[in-house]
Amino acid sequence: MTLSIHLTVNGAAQDVALDDPRVTLLDLLRERLHLTGTKKGCDRGQCGACTVLVDGRRVNSCLTLAASLEGAEVLTIEGVARGDELHPVQAAFIANDGFQCGYCTPGQIMSAIGLISEGRLDGDPERVREGMSGNLCRCGAYAGITNAVLEAEATMSETAKEAAE
Amino acid sequence: MKPFDYVRPATIEEAVQAGSMEGSAFLAGGTNLLDLMKGGVVEPQRIVDVTHLPDLSAIDATSDGGVRIGALVRNADLANDADFAGRFPAVAEALLSGASGQLRNAATVGGNLLQRTRCRYFYDVASACNKREPGSGCDAREGENDGLAVLGWSDRCIATHPSDFCVPLVAFDAVVEIAGPSRRREIALEEFHRLPGETPEKESVLEPGELIVAVRLHAESIAFCANQRYLKVRERTSYAFAVVSAAAGLIVEDGRITQARLALGSVAPKPWRARAGENLLAGQKPERAAFERAAEAALAEAKPSGDNAYKIDLARRLIVRAFERAAAGTPNPLPALPASPFAHSPEAAHV
Repeated sequence: MTLSIHLTVNGAAQDVALDDPRVTLLDLLRERLHLTGTKKGCDRGQCGACTVLVDGRRVNSCLTLAASLEGAEVLTIEGVARGDELHPVQAAFIANDGFQCGYCTPGQIMSAIGLISEGRLDGDPERVREGMSGNLCRCGAYAGITNAVLEAEATMSETAKEAAE
Repeated sequence: MKPFDYVRPATIEEAVQAGSMEGSAFLAGGTNLLDLMKGGVVEPQRIVDVTHLPDLSAIDATSDGGVRIGALVRNADLANDADFAGRFPAVAEALLSGASGQLRNAATVGGNLLQRTRCRYFYDVASACNKREPGSGCDAREGENDGLAVLGWSDRCIATHPSDFCVPLVAFDAVVEIAGPSRRREIALEEFHRLPGETPEKESVLEPGELIVAVRLHAESIAFCANQRYLKVRERTSYAFAVVSAAAGLIVEDGRITQARLALGSVAPKPWRARAGENLLAGQKPERAAFERAAEAALAEAKPSGDNAYKIDLARRLIVRAFERAAAGTPNPLPALPASPFAHSPEAAHV
């Protein structure tokens, strides 16, 4: 049985045929749509490397069946920059040394974008650490990651204020 | 993962019909089910995707002033609903203390009730497990069992129910609404999960095809909102299942407790309502000595199922602390580290 789903990935609407309902969103992105920025770490929802936004909310794409995403809007790491202009979270990860090997970084950045949009950080590093606990970094770049998320949150709220004025 | 058929029903009736067929499993958030399928722990022949069903995603006021939570409401949405969190702050705190931000965005209310134990022998398909394969034995009995049950267990199974959410729900008398092939029914959450006895594979009262459609909390339970806490001891500060958890609520009038609510998590095969502890508190002053007596009563029936006698002591102490924190008043806003017994507490040096 071939299933067909309609979804939007990084702003582009597409129809995707699924020959097997077992395909996860992670495998759909990497193997079928060739968006390999989203990483497969544990494939069991424990490490966060596969984090993407679905309808604006961060989720583990390894635990999401693609077949259930009819009508969904998916945002991956490939879709966050505007051309050559980095997303504020991407820029903050570079400025704050928020990574070493980089494997977990796309998931960290997508998780941070989701966390900031949830709007409850208030510049509190403890809330950042708690909110980012679903993303493991085996290099141990947590101090840089925490600083990056705090800086990006500040930048983004400043930008939002200016836009409102 | 074993191959399966995928169906996406449009109505609850269609879902129940598809769910009644042998080998069917309902898919909602998928955060536990897909993990189990990837590990070969469960192998459904048919996935009935209920995520697109209408009318199951709302948080509504009921006519009696209580709250009705649709089964597909996501954990994060319920915890962050300001009206709900104001009425049931310990429920919100429990939700926010569970899993990770990503998982809370996917996991659902109905799925949380039906999540499976995290006993490692249940997950390891090479081990004997009466829950996974009835009659095969229980390797946990002689294995690494320090995290397993001290209440309600049987010789067949010593696994615990891992939910945070269910602990304050059962403390505050939640009711589960169920749609089935022939009728709708409802049952108190306290009666929803079964103790293992001789049949640990039967974890709830659900019959084939029955689907959780909502969880309800009564208006009377809102009276505890000013004095309630959920506390959770974990092996790390965040993103870990409980070793022991406790939900405590009090109504205090003129310096005396008129009513108390108490439930424990990760100590038993089901979320554990501790009525013996509650009953002792009525009429008492909200003081440590009374909470200690309540904790003794709550654990009176406990016995270790392995290397876990420490959990009994830990549960007693956590109950005392949860009641002390509840008596001190529900924190607003919730602490940065939800349910942490250690966070920002002047009196906490250790459990």
